[in-house]
Amino acid sequence: MKIYIRSASCISPQQTFQGQLFVNDPEKYTANLLKVIEPDYKKIFDAKLLRRMSRIVRVGLAVATNCLKEAGKENIDAIITGTAYGCMEDSETFLKKIIEQDEQMLSPTSFIQSTHNTVGAQIALFLKCHNYNNTFVHRGFSFEHALIDAMLLLKEKRAENVLAGSADEMTDFTFSVLKRFGLYKQSAVSNLGLYHSDTKGSICGEGAAFFLLSGEFADDAYAQIDAVQTLYKYASSPEIKKWIEQFFTLHEITTNDIDLIITGKNGDTRHDHLFADIQNDIFKDNRVINYKHLCGEYPTSSSFALWLASNIIRWNKLPKCFADVEINKKDFRKVLIYNNYQGKHHTLVLLSSPSK
Amino acid sequence: MNQKVYIAGMGIISAIGNNIQECLAALEHEDAGIDNITYLKTIHANEIPVAEVKLNNEELAQRAGWSSKISRTALLSIIAAKEALTDAAIENIGELKTGFLSANTVGGIDKSENFYHSYFKEGRIGDLHDIVNHECGAITELVADKLNIHSFVTTISTACSSSANSIMLAVRLIKAGMLDVAVAGGVDALVKFTLNGFNTLLILDNQYCKPFDENRNGLNLGEGAAYIVLVSERVASALKKELYGELKGYANANDAYHQTASSPDGKGSYLAMQGALDIAYLKPEDIAYINLHGTGTFNNDLAEGTAIEKLFHPHYPKMSSTKSFTGHTLGASGGVEAVFSTLSVKHDLIFPNLRLQTPMKEFPFTVERKFIKGQYISNVLSNSFGFGGNCTSLIFSKV
Repeated sequence: MKIYIRSASCISPQQTFQGQLFVNDPEKYTANLLKVIEPDYKKIFDAKLLRRMSRIVRVGLAVATNCLKEAGKENIDAIITGTAYGCMEDSETFLKKIIEQDEQMLSPTSFIQSTHNTVGAQIALFLKCHNYNNTFVHRGFSFEHALIDAMLLLKEKRAENVLAGSADEMTDFTFSVLKRFGLYKQSAVSNLGLYHSDTKGSICGEGAAFFLLSGEFADDAYAQIDAVQTLYKYASSPEIKKWIEQFFTLHEITTNDIDLIITGKNGDTRHDHLFADIQNDIFKDNRVINYKHLCGEYPTSSSFALWLASNIIRWNKLPKCFADVEINKKDFRKVLIYNNYQGKHHTLVLLSSPSK
Repeated sequence: MNQKVYIAGMGIISAIGNNIQECLAALEHEDAGIDNITYLKTIHANEIPVAEVKLNNEELAQRAGWSSKISRTALLSIIAAKEALTDAAIENIGELKTGFLSANTVGGIDKSENFYHSYFKEGRIGDLHDIVNHECGAITELVADKLNIHSFVTTISTACSSSANSIMLAVRLIKAGMLDVAVAGGVDALVKFTLNGFNTLLILDNQYCKPFDENRNGLNLGEGAAYIVLVSERVASALKKELYGELKGYANANDAYHQTASSPDGKGSYLAMQGALDIAYLKPEDIAYINLHGTGTFNNDLAEGTAIEKLFHPHYPKMSSTKSFTGHTLGASGGVEAVFSTLSVKHDLIFPNLRLQTPMKEFPFTVERKFIKGQYISNVLSNSFGFGGNCTSLIFSKV
C-alpha cells in the first residue's frame, strides 16, 4: 500500500509557513539558539482563543490547521504528534514556581498546559475530532514513531486521512542547561557557516511540522512515503553503512535510484564524521544536502527535513540556498533522509514522487 | 493482520505490592495501599493521602540491581519490566524482534526537582546528573538498555491513558508482523510536580478516594509500574508455559471537550469502549467485568458511568475501580489495570471497589464491593482516560 503526503506545513526558524524559503534567501542567525518565526496568527485564530494559547500550542495548532487547509480536508481520522520535550515552557514555569514558592499559592494554568499531549489534544479540541489521538515522546524517534503509527493506521484501514507531525520548543533556561552538556557550541557561529566551524556541539533549534497522510492517491499529492526505518544504537560508520544497505535491499533500490540525499549533519565534530564517512562511501555519487543550518538541531528536526523533502519533490526544485548543488542531472523523484540524533537515534525516511 | 496476540508475562510494582503475587494477595484481602505521604519530600505530607510504593529509592535500587541515584521512575520501571520478562520465559528471545513500549508522564522530573532547587533556590548551577534523564524517553531508554532490548523502543505520553496506548500499539505492531514480542505498559513515580499540579486543580481527595460513590470527593495519586509481555501466535505456540489471555480489543478516541475535564455524556469514553468491542468482534453483553478508569473525581465517574449506561444498558457487567487500592498511578495506570484485568480473565476474579457507601444515584448499576472468585470471566474491558480527552479501552479475553 502506498502512503501519500497530501499536504505539509511547517513553522521553523526559516520562512517555511508560506514556503518562501524556496524562493528567498535563508534567514541568517548569529546566536546559537534559533527560534521559530511565528506567522500572523490574527488571520488564523480568534483573538480570545489566541490569548489562552501557549507558544507551542499556537505554533502546533497553526501548522496543523494550515496543513488541513492545504489538503482541503476538514475531517481526519487520526492526530498523531511527536514531541521529545513536550510543553517545555509551561513545565519549567510550573516546576520553578513549586520550588520558588515552596509548593504554595500555585495556579493550575501552567500545569494544565504542561502535559506532553497538549498539542495533540488542542488540535483535537479545535477540530472537534473524536478520533484516534496519540503522542510519542521518545527523543530522536518521536517524529518517526508518529509516522510509523500513522502509516500503520492507514495500512490497517482504520483511517483514510491521518494528521501526523511534531512540535518541539526550546527555552532560554533549558538551552543554557543543555549547552552545559555540550550539545551546542560554546561560542556563537553563523547558522549558514555551521558545517565549517570545526568545533564541538551544534546550534539549537525548534519547530513544528504536520503532514496530512492518506492512502488515497491524488494528482496534487506532494510525495509518497515509501519507508521509515529507525536504528537505536551508538553505531559506527560501518554499522550504519550496513544498516542502510540492508534498507536498500529490503526496498529493492540502489543508490543510483536516489536523486537526493538529505542528511542530518549538524556541525558537531563528534558526530559529523559519521555523516562524512557515509557520504564519501555509499553516497559518493549522489547529490547530498544538509538541513540543520536552516532549523537548528533538536530531537524532532527530521520533520523539518520531511517538509523540505516533500516540497523538493512537489516543486521538483531545491530552495534557493542550495543553489550550489548540481542540478543539471535528473528530476527529484526519489529522496532519502538520513538523520541521527546524538549518534544514537538513526532514522531513514524514503520518499518518491507520487504515483498510483 | 488478523493474527492473535497473547499475554505471556506480567510484572508490576505498586502501592499494594512489589510483584504480581503481592498485588494479587492485597486485592483478595481488600488491602488498600493508600496512606500518608512517607517517601516523597513535600509540604503536603500530612494533608494529602497517596498510594506510594512502600520502598525508598535505596531499597528499590537494591531490588533493581541499580544505582539509587537514578530516577525513581526508572527504578520502578525496571523492576516491573524484569518481572514481566522473567515471567514470560521466552527462551530464544535474542533471536526475536522484541520491542519495549513504555509510557510515562513525569520522566525523570523527581531528579529535575533537585536541579531546580539547587538552581532557583540555592543560587547554584545545579548538578547535571540530576537533569540528564529529565525527558520521558530517557527513562524508557535507561530501562531498555538494561533489558537489552533494541529492536523497537518507544515512549508514549497521553496523560492518564499513556500505558494503555503503549499496549495498544504493541498489539498492532505484532499483528502487522513488525514485532514478535513486546514488553508494553508504563510507569510513573509520585513527584512534587504532579502532586502540586493535581492539588491546584482541586481534584485530590483529602480522605481515601471513593470511586463511583455518590459522595466521592476526588482522587488519590499513586505511583507504580506495570508491563505485560505480548507475543505473536508463533511465539505463543513455542512457549512451554500457559498463556494468561488474549488481547482481543483496543481503541483510542478523543473526547475533544476540554483540556482537563470529561464531557458530560462521556463521548470519548463511549467511543473508546465501542471501538474496542468492534475490533474484538464482541457485543457489550460479552463483557463479564469492567476495570473502570474510576478515578473518584466527580467529573470522571459521572462521564464514564454515563458512557457505560449508554453502551451497556441493560446488560451491566461487574465493575470496579482498582484505583481504590493503588491510587491513580497516572501514566502507569493503563499498565497496572492491564495486569489486574489479565489476572481477572486468567483466574476468574473480580476485584472489589473499596469504600463504596452510597452508589451514584444517576445510574441503575452499582460497582462491586466484594472480591469474587470463581465466576467465569470471558472478557474484561479496561478503561483508561486522560487529560487532553485521550480515551483508550482494552479488552482481555480468555484463551
